[in-house]
Amino acid sequence: MTTKGLRAREKTTGTTTGGTSRSRARLGADIALAVIGVCFVAPLLWLLLAAVDPQAGYQTKVPSAPSSANFSAVLTPELLFQPLANSLWLSAGTAVVNLLAAVLAAYPLSRYQSRFNKPFMYTVLFGTSLPVTAIMVPVYGLFVQLQLLDSMAATIFFMATTTLPMAIWMTKNFMDSVPLELEEAAWMDGASAMTALRRIVLPLMRPGLGVVFIFVFIQAWGNFFVPFILLLSPGKQPAAVSIFSFFGQHGAIAYGQLAAFSILYSVPVLLLYALVSRGMGNSFALSGAMKG
Amino acid sequence: MTIRRVLRLLPVVPSILLLLLFLVAPVAWSFYASFTNAALTGKAAQDPQWVGADNYARMFSDDSFPLSAWLTVVFVVASAVVGQNVLGLLIALLMTRSRKVVSSVVGTAVVAAWVLPEIVAAFAAYAYFNRDGALNQLAGIVGVDGVDWLYSFPLVAIILANTWRGTAFSMLVYRAALADVPRDISEAALMDGARGWQRLTFITLPLIRSSITTNLMLITLQTLAVFTLIWVMTAGGPANASTTLPVLAYQEAFKFGDIGYGTAVASVLILLGMVFGAVYVRLLRDRRP
Repeated sequence: MTTKGLRAREKTTGTTTGGTSRSRARLGADIALAVIGVCFVAPLLWLLLAAVDPQAGYQTKVPSAPSSANFSAVLTPELLFQPLANSLWLSAGTAVVNLLAAVLAAYPLSRYQSRFNKPFMYTVLFGTSLPVTAIMVPVYGLFVQLQLLDSMAATIFFMATTTLPMAIWMTKNFMDSVPLELEEAAWMDGASAMTALRRIVLPLMRPGLGVVFIFVFIQAWGNFFVPFILLLSPGKQPAAVSIFSFFGQHGAIAYGQLAAFSILYSVPVLLLYALVSRGMGNSFALSGAMKG
Repeated sequence: MTIRRVLRLLPVVPSILLLLLFLVAPVAWSFYASFTNAALTGKAAQDPQWVGADNYARMFSDDSFPLSAWLTVVFVVASAVVGQNVLGLLIALLMTRSRKVVSSVVGTAVVAAWVLPEIVAAFAAYAYFNRDGALNQLAGIVGVDGVDWLYSFPLVAIILANTWRGTAFSMLVYRAALADVPRDISEAALMDGARGWQRLTFITLPLIRSSITTNLMLITLQTLAVFTLIWVMTAGGPANASTTLPVLAYQEAFKFGDIGYGTAVASVLILLGMVFGAVYVRLLRDRRP
């Protein structure tokens, strides 16, 4: 049977019997989804409510005297701005190093046929599967040997490397969609490959580069374990690590401040995610490996 | 000509250097150090001795390794393979039927838990499962006496928390996969009188099979590596009741200063990752025409 015939048949039955059962199914789906949604929001309510409650504990309750006291308590250079500045340094540095290396690597892989391309890409893909938490013990050992502990730069290079395999895949996929003909014209005019990359390819794939940059940035911003192990001095620690000082230091927990700090620390990545997800149909994280 | 070909590959060099120095070298060093008695402090820190397979022998005679290997399996199967995967698929399927407003609001709620920095999600989960937390408050409303989840059922708490945090990934994968399923096929089945679950098992699931395997692979690997969530919620306790392999490797290496043994545990984890990684690469390669 042709698809046309099917559609026609569906139309006629849809109006008679399908109508009510379909709307009932829709109502059921709506209710089921709403219940799931409530379950997902429930753990986040505490963050929102405790942040404006000066007497917050672990209970989730509407504050009796809501105020912005928690926010003003954490809005100090030492508690908030320095850690956030460190986070910014780490994440932006990681994203820049990552993007530079990924763009350079992706160019020959995307532009020239070579028998190394496929094995290389699959080795890189294989690299994405290494559990990063498992290599933290050896990385610590390596950093001790090379005397790189407590170095922001070394931490940036390590964090960039952990996301590099994924970034190379994403960048190559984006680069493959820029037509080769445009560069061939430039090569005719005597431009070198790197000039063609800089002048022609990169401007055309700017949205894709933005996605990779933000993807790496978000990952680095949320990374707790790596700076926790590799950065020792409190003055260098990013917000992901310094947040620990609210949590059980000297036995007392500043619940409200912890919540307020968490919100301020989360806002940048939520905004960045909203920025890319709109353009990418909510699947930006998958555009690399899932395409295969 | 050949020199030009080699020169063309030059831009790949920075990436290769980074990967060699920060990924390949640590893995190699991990396998090497796992055969030594390297330590954080003391004599063995200055001059680690080769101890052969001692660390691996200890692993299997020690109680903590078999326990944490078992806990890791339970954690990965329950929170990734069952929790995130099934819930993600369910949400994606419901979204195809529900009103657009509902599905986008709920989608945002699910994604929010995933996009938040891991440590913030971990604090929220800690508060939620706390003795005074929201879960027990909800139980109180229904008239059930709450328990101290993090103390009495630590593994259940971290499994639920990881499901909460990670389901968004599966949901996004399955939403994309379901959007690619041709409407005509499922409509034809509907006309032939197939019921909902029949359409699901005989038509929809086989059509998105490759997305299912890829997704399972990726979330298994991600869950295998989870550390922060567990560290904040239970720190592996009480009495190792929630110590998965990453937590065990961390504790042995950094808390007890036994780098040799810690890297042995880490090496097992790396090997596991490599096995899953190899399967994953095979799957993606075979899928290509």
